[in-house]
Amino acid sequence: MAVIPPGADPRELGASVAADPALAIETGAPAAPPRSLLVRGWSVFAENKLALASVVLLIIIILFCFLGPVIHPTDQIHTNLDLTLCAPSGSHLLGCDPVGYDELGRLMVGGQTSLEVGFAAAIVAVLFGTLYGAFSGFVGGPVDSALMRIVDAGLSIPSIMVVIILSVVFHPTKIIMIFIIAVFYWLGVARLIRGETLSLRTREYVQAVKVVGGGGGRAIVRHIVPNAIGTIIVQATFAVADSILILSGLGFLGLGVQPPATDWGDMLSGGLTYLQSGTNYWWLIYPAGFAIILTCIAFNFIGDALRDAFETRLQRR
Amino acid sequence: MAPLLQIEDLRTDIKLKHSTVHAVDGISLHVDPGETLGIVGESGCGKTMTALSIMNLLPTGGSIAGGSIKLNDVEISQLSDEKLRRVRGNDIGMIFQDPLTSLNPTMTVGRQIAEAVQLHREVSREQAMDRAAEVLDLVGMPRARERIGEYPHQFSGGMRQRVMIAMALACEPKLLIADEPTTALDVTIQKQILELIDELRQRLGMAVILVTHDLGVIAGRADRVAVMYAGRIAESTSTGTLFANPRHPYTEALFHALPEKAAETREKLLSISGLPPDLTNPPSGCRFAPRCRYATDRCRAEDPVLMGETPEHKYACFYPVGTAERGQKAAVTEEPKRAPRPEYAVPAAETLLDVRNLVKEFPVTKGAVMQRKVGFVSAVADVSFEIGRGQTLGLVGESGCGKTTVGRLLVGLDKPTNGVISFEGEDLAKRSGREYRRDRRKIQFMFQDSYSSLDPRMRAGAILREPLLVQGIGSRAEQQKRIEEMLDHVGLAHTALERYPHEFSGGQRQRLGFARALILSPELIVADEPVSALDVSIQAQVLNLMRDLQRELGLTYMFISHDLAVVRYLSTRIGVMYLGKLVEIGPADEVYMTPAHPYTRGLIDSAPVADPELEQAKEEKGVRGELPSAIHPPSGCRFRTRCPLAQEICAQEEPPMRAFSPNGHTAACHFPLQNPVSVGSTSASASQSAAP
Repeated sequence: MAVIPPGADPRELGASVAADPALAIETGAPAAPPRSLLVRGWSVFAENKLALASVVLLIIIILFCFLGPVIHPTDQIHTNLDLTLCAPSGSHLLGCDPVGYDELGRLMVGGQTSLEVGFAAAIVAVLFGTLYGAFSGFVGGPVDSALMRIVDAGLSIPSIMVVIILSVVFHPTKIIMIFIIAVFYWLGVARLIRGETLSLRTREYVQAVKVVGGGGGRAIVRHIVPNAIGTIIVQATFAVADSILILSGLGFLGLGVQPPATDWGDMLSGGLTYLQSGTNYWWLIYPAGFAIILTCIAFNFIGDALRDAFETRLQRR
Repeated sequence: MAPLLQIEDLRTDIKLKHSTVHAVDGISLHVDPGETLGIVGESGCGKTMTALSIMNLLPTGGSIAGGSIKLNDVEISQLSDEKLRRVRGNDIGMIFQDPLTSLNPTMTVGRQIAEAVQLHREVSREQAMDRAAEVLDLVGMPRARERIGEYPHQFSGGMRQRVMIAMALACEPKLLIADEPTTALDVTIQKQILELIDELRQRLGMAVILVTHDLGVIAGRADRVAVMYAGRIAESTSTGTLFANPRHPYTEALFHALPEKAAETREKLLSISGLPPDLTNPPSGCRFAPRCRYATDRCRAEDPVLMGETPEHKYACFYPVGTAERGQKAAVTEEPKRAPRPEYAVPAAETLLDVRNLVKEFPVTKGAVMQRKVGFVSAVADVSFEIGRGQTLGLVGESGCGKTTVGRLLVGLDKPTNGVISFEGEDLAKRSGREYRRDRRKIQFMFQDSYSSLDPRMRAGAILREPLLVQGIGSRAEQQKRIEEMLDHVGLAHTALERYPHEFSGGQRQRLGFARALILSPELIVADEPVSALDVSIQAQVLNLMRDLQRELGLTYMFISHDLAVVRYLSTRIGVMYLGKLVEIGPADEVYMTPAHPYTRGLIDSAPVADPELEQAKEEKGVRGELPSAIHPPSGCRFRTRCPLAQEICAQEEPPMRAFSPNGHTAACHFPLQNPVSVGSTSASASQSAAP
């Protein structure tokens, strides 16, 4: 085999540490400013057109519920039996309900309740579930076993039954509803985050902290939580949709917030009585029904896209 | 003779979201009946895509964009899936890299092989099972008829690969495509599997395409070799010619990057700078030009065609290296001048790390709640060694021999069950709390997989700053200065600080991992297989870097690897581990040239060497059998179950460490290959003779 004459390539044979020219070339040429993970996450998210549409839809729904009453003020406290079941007209775009509330205005007020309870319950459940799960998974051993058996016990109780009992015992206000939904929802979150923590705990970059002399706190805060944040946020998105559904379900059974407050499920239930009355009272059913469906679908699409956005490997392309 | 497989101008594209990768870009090759064609190249060069194109098993988005593939003069590249299914598994068999993921864990191996038979032959279930037992027997599965009812997880890695081969051979294909068949296996098992493929090829008269990144594997097994680079064939010729007289600068550079070539002289490895080109938009000229030391403007503008002076030796280069062949083969090798090796005996260095009777046992538990201890895995059993300041101890052995566990014990990732680790004369275990944590900075760890050891959500700058933050060293400005200094040391641009780990190439990531290990100015770096995930050319870059920085900064290394050539290149002393025991330790060259333990000898013989003559000469050597379980290690000498020299005493008595030279070369064997010298005593204290 031919021997390379010494000095054939000064770059190779030079005494200095072999620099990696590839990186210099790579970083030199286009000099694209390094984008943060959030920016790149957004670009992956933005590729999902369905999710973008969902975000727009969700913003519209939120504006409708919270700013709508300013533009279209209606009396949602006092019943007006003159207007009972009036059909949609110029002054009542979606007609009126059985006790004479303006249906469009009621949709806004009901939406406020649904969204507020949905978001709040999701945040409480995910926050508590995450802390519980991360702690359990990171500590491990008998403590983990004990904590997880509590979760198992919670999950083995038929939630709908307990929820009904609770909402009968307490006078259902927004705060109580948030609490009731969160009490059952955090269990699943805790279990999920605990599993995530178990696998993250053994990752080499978490072990690397130990090698440089760092403790468990740093490992959790700097490495485990940031790497589990994708799962957490996605879970939170779905939790909002689920909470709205649970609230609607309870409202439908008449166990939700009490009049004059309302939510979309409650409205749906009110309309159901008139479904078979011969006259077509469509405005009692469809607006509330579609509001629930659209909101939940939007949250699910957003959750799916977030899952992709938080997956660093997908950002590579 | 008509070729069995003829590929003409094959082009394979893979469509991605925003671009198209031209993974295979106009390659032509042929395989004759009964011969072995080796396809060699670095990762991403298109060798696996070529193999998959033949079977049309391309990944999502992949398609054959042009060219022809003829099997026995029948065009198969445009066949419908229906017809192609009759070719796959019947005319062409294929073995994949990872035997664990290629087998269905819910089916018995017998059923899986029988399934392949039933798909292609009109046979009953019983006949198919008979055939399964027959081929399992053929591939050297002991008690084949009993084992067809077992599931994949009941087999070891080597045995699973045998099952894969049996499945590929069940219908007696004329062509076997082996895609990195041994990359996931230990050297000792690799040798057995390669021998098996070779033997079956001769017995069944089939042709083999052996795809690998390892020049050593090619050397011993292939008749002809095609060297691939960036989707093209760079050079193709017979194995002997290629190794004696490579003409393409890329082939030459591959040889130069092998650590075994420089192991004796310990010269700096000639690495290939840079990275392979991006195949979504390949350069217009010669694809190797940006990395080629001989490249001229012509290379960068024009694309050389694959041709040569003789029809059997073709290369795509305007300025070939090596010697021209005009009919006769010229004497090429100018014997490389060998710098006289420094004396075996390394100057007695001050002992930095002293490990005495280190033991680590992992409990085996049963039951989800009670976690009863039903036994233990003896991962490290009574290991003693020391490392002198500024030296490198290489630790080698098969996977599962406990070498990584030793490394983890040293850096404190695991706590030893027993034994003493003293660093600079002080027992590490006696330290506690803050003192212990502060001491951590003196021993740092370099992980094998740089990808999983760097937090994907942190920028390089934050990753490098973290150790300084943990240890509370310096102000922010001082930390920044130190970080930039480290980047200079490992040869990364300062702009790298703003990037995330996945934006680096494998070699760059390993440099980053190295920088993290260096940033606390440690005395000792424990490097666990730091280069085994890298390509040869990149591996050479990292090895050079490690060697240069050792001299510059006076570092001490413990280098853990399964690759003897790499260990020998970098180490002052080598320790060989087998099933938790240190069986031999001594100066690197002494251990390599005159091993005393039969296991060391076997390991050396098993490791493939990039030299066809040497490879073919050691046909019958190497370690037989497989690693026994560490839950019930064999009594006496743990190697006795696989040792060709084992006798009764080996089962009864554990051999003591005995000295084989005054330089601290010791080994534990009743029937050593060298004569022991009587410097040390015959007790375990012999191992201490290294530091008088």
